[in-house]
Amino acid sequence: MNDSDPILEMYIFESNQMIEQTEAVILDCELANCFSAESINQIFRNMHTLKGSSSMMQYMQIAEAAHAIEDLFHHLREDKPIAVDFKSLSDVVLQSVDFFKDEIGKISNGEPADGSATSLIHQIQQFLATSLDAPSEATTPIIHHDNEPLYVYHAIIYFYKDCEMENIRAFQLVHQLAEASTRCYHEPVELIEDSENSIQLIKDRGFHLMIESTLQYEQMHELLMKTSYLDTLELHAVDAWLGEQLADEGFIEEFPDMSVELNDALLEPAATETINSNQSLASTQHNSTQTDVQKTLSANSKSSSHSQMISVHVEKLDRLMDLVGELVIAEAMFTSLDDTQHNGDSQLFKASGQLRKITGELQDTVMSIRMIPLTATFLKMRRVSRDMSRKLNKDIEFILIGDETEIDKTVIDHISDPLMHLVRNAIDHGIESAQERQASGKSANGTVTLEAKNIGSDVLVMVKDDGKGLNRDKIIAKAISNGLLTAEDSEISDRDAYNLIFHPGLSTKEQITEFSGRGVGMDVVASNIGEVGGTIYVDSVPGEGTTVTMKIPLTLAIIDGMNVRVGSAHYTLPTTSIKESFRPQPKDLITDPSGNRMVMVRGEIYSIVSLHERFHHVSDKDTDYTQGILIMIEQDDKSLCLFVDELIGQQQVVIKPLPPYFRKLNRNINDLSGCTLLGDGSISLILNIAEVMSSSHVSSINSN
Amino acid sequence: MDQASLNTFSEEEDEQKDKYLTFTLGNESYGIEIRYVTEIIGIQPITDVPELPEYIRGIINLRGKIIPVMDVRLRFKKQFREYNDRTCIIVIAVEDTAIGLIIDSVSEVLSIPDTEIVQPPEYTKMTNRYIQGIGKAGEEVKLLLNCRKLINEDETEKLANLN
Repeated sequence: MNDSDPILEMYIFESNQMIEQTEAVILDCELANCFSAESINQIFRNMHTLKGSSSMMQYMQIAEAAHAIEDLFHHLREDKPIAVDFKSLSDVVLQSVDFFKDEIGKISNGEPADGSATSLIHQIQQFLATSLDAPSEATTPIIHHDNEPLYVYHAIIYFYKDCEMENIRAFQLVHQLAEASTRCYHEPVELIEDSENSIQLIKDRGFHLMIESTLQYEQMHELLMKTSYLDTLELHAVDAWLGEQLADEGFIEEFPDMSVELNDALLEPAATETINSNQSLASTQHNSTQTDVQKTLSANSKSSSHSQMISVHVEKLDRLMDLVGELVIAEAMFTSLDDTQHNGDSQLFKASGQLRKITGELQDTVMSIRMIPLTATFLKMRRVSRDMSRKLNKDIEFILIGDETEIDKTVIDHISDPLMHLVRNAIDHGIESAQERQASGKSANGTVTLEAKNIGSDVLVMVKDDGKGLNRDKIIAKAISNGLLTAEDSEISDRDAYNLIFHPGLSTKEQITEFSGRGVGMDVVASNIGEVGGTIYVDSVPGEGTTVTMKIPLTLAIIDGMNVRVGSAHYTLPTTSIKESFRPQPKDLITDPSGNRMVMVRGEIYSIVSLHERFHHVSDKDTDYTQGILIMIEQDDKSLCLFVDELIGQQQVVIKPLPPYFRKLNRNINDLSGCTLLGDGSISLILNIAEVMSSSHVSSINSN
Repeated sequence: MDQASLNTFSEEEDEQKDKYLTFTLGNESYGIEIRYVTEIIGIQPITDVPELPEYIRGIINLRGKIIPVMDVRLRFKKQFREYNDRTCIIVIAVEDTAIGLIIDSVSEVLSIPDTEIVQPPEYTKMTNRYIQGIGKAGEEVKLLLNCRKLINEDETEKLANLN
């Protein structure tokens, strides 16, 4: 994205928000099988704003498509047709949502938005003309009729204090009004060229507009209320065009009774009464209804909750996280000082206790800032499920549980693709067709449950279906034919058998469909989850369904690590990958003819990787493995033993990246995933277990 | 960057013009432009990182920031010398890269105007690539280092290593 263009950035951000919101509303409506007046209004509003901002940004295709949808919903709203084909309506809208997503995606990648909306618009108009039995001559609220009387309004608009770029928002509004008015004058006059002044003016005195339009008071009010980040709106009908005298201070006082003021305080139920009476007073000649006001109010309450959020660049959060990491380390240094110099200074003891508490709390708070709920990711899955059930003609009930569970932003980015894959699998492979289900005595519509819950420092995300379950025999047969298993090995537990599906090239689905069956899926899912330090396993009961469970760490920035000493250096291993550690007996150590060393543990042979040799450290224990410690590590069902001098201890460590300078040197240090600071300020290097595993494997093959 | 900070930046630039931090490496005296220098610290415990070229000694913890340290002696293919209490690390920042340079000892900050700087002779000897000029300060001669070239490894060196 071009960082230097804040207007474009804002456009992309807001459009994405609007599109997502629209999609969610449509899916909600589809679930309820009816479009409430509220949701029709919301879609209409969103499309209207999208149209306005897109045409301002010169993305005409998007603007036209949005305009078509807006027409459609305008028609729904005004004429209230009873017989509407909801399914095809949602189809049409979702299709355009996809179109918007594509285009905005292109724009944010810096590509030209070159998609053509012509066929889409045609489709929407077709739908408008045929599916609705009402007249197809849907009129937009912003069409001019020459014979209608012209009204003149004076509007004063205040934006939310922290919404920023007031001048651009004002400009956007003027742009929108251009369609709806015959004349429009605004104060400050220069919005874009003299941005600093105009922002200050708008902040201090509000954005003043003089509008001449055919719209009646309530229509104009409604139109202006759609402005995003609107805090307060004062709208007066005036008798004559005042033009330049607009911002005259005395002006407002002239019409105190005519003003309608909506602000946050009035949203409380007790205050609603006053606003209603206020409104009816103001609009006696405009015959506005109370329901209209309430609609506007609820719209306002939505946007006001929005203003409680600020978006912060992840980089800033990372920086904050770093600093807190420093603080935690400094705190550890300080308290260890306190421990060693046990001179009974109770003041110092108290102070360090206090410090520990505060830093702990601070760390938790900063971590929680990085946490975002899974809701958005889960809602995306709802869309996937809907599309698939339509296409595969399976009736699916999609249940979301625990979508408010929060996970670190970086982790969420990593699990969204695997999750989509699992949901597709569940619907495509898991759930049987309606006939099959009824034949086996189940309800005709299948259920897919997406569930998330917290377990300690991990989150469990489960995708559950009540389909036919996995076929053990088929999986084993396939595994044998692929050489993953030998026939003698086939007496494995059900769980082990089912988990074979995470191996590459093992799809038991005979038919390759659009969605799944190529056998490249599950292993990619498993490796994606492995990347964020998570694990995945599957449980299945034949005839009752399958559950895929992903265990994902809450965060990537802090891991639970085991510190070990190798010669004079310190290394940290993620505790999650450690199975056990032990001191080997001389009789268990084996050396093969080519010099590879191995150890026998409970009858199994594991190869030994000496970190001293690997990282060229001098061991004070020499290479006598019986003097050091072997740590058995496990990753993706493979295990090996690492030889280190001693275990130092387990602690939560803040991961820091290695200096980017090392990349410039073109040196391969994949074995390390980063480094961390220990309590005494010294540096410990964090091992990348997956890399150590795979490269050890390669080297042992090469040496053979 | 806003206007105010731009101004202070260029003022600083002016102040730092022609100023060089000089240090010794064996018998020679070197200088680096002061604008690159962030700070000077004593020798610190260095954490060895595997798989790096010999002249990168490892990483140090500079108040929570992890930065690599380069032994300039080894960089110039000189004999390694044990570190002592005169040994210093000059932390420099070039573009976005922060790196520590291990040198024998720091001398002083000198002002060497452009008129006192001559180009190094043309024949190609190993370290010459990293010398952007030779400064004269009184009786002494300072080899002025090109920080960019020093930390951005040159392709030619890799080729030389291959031969």
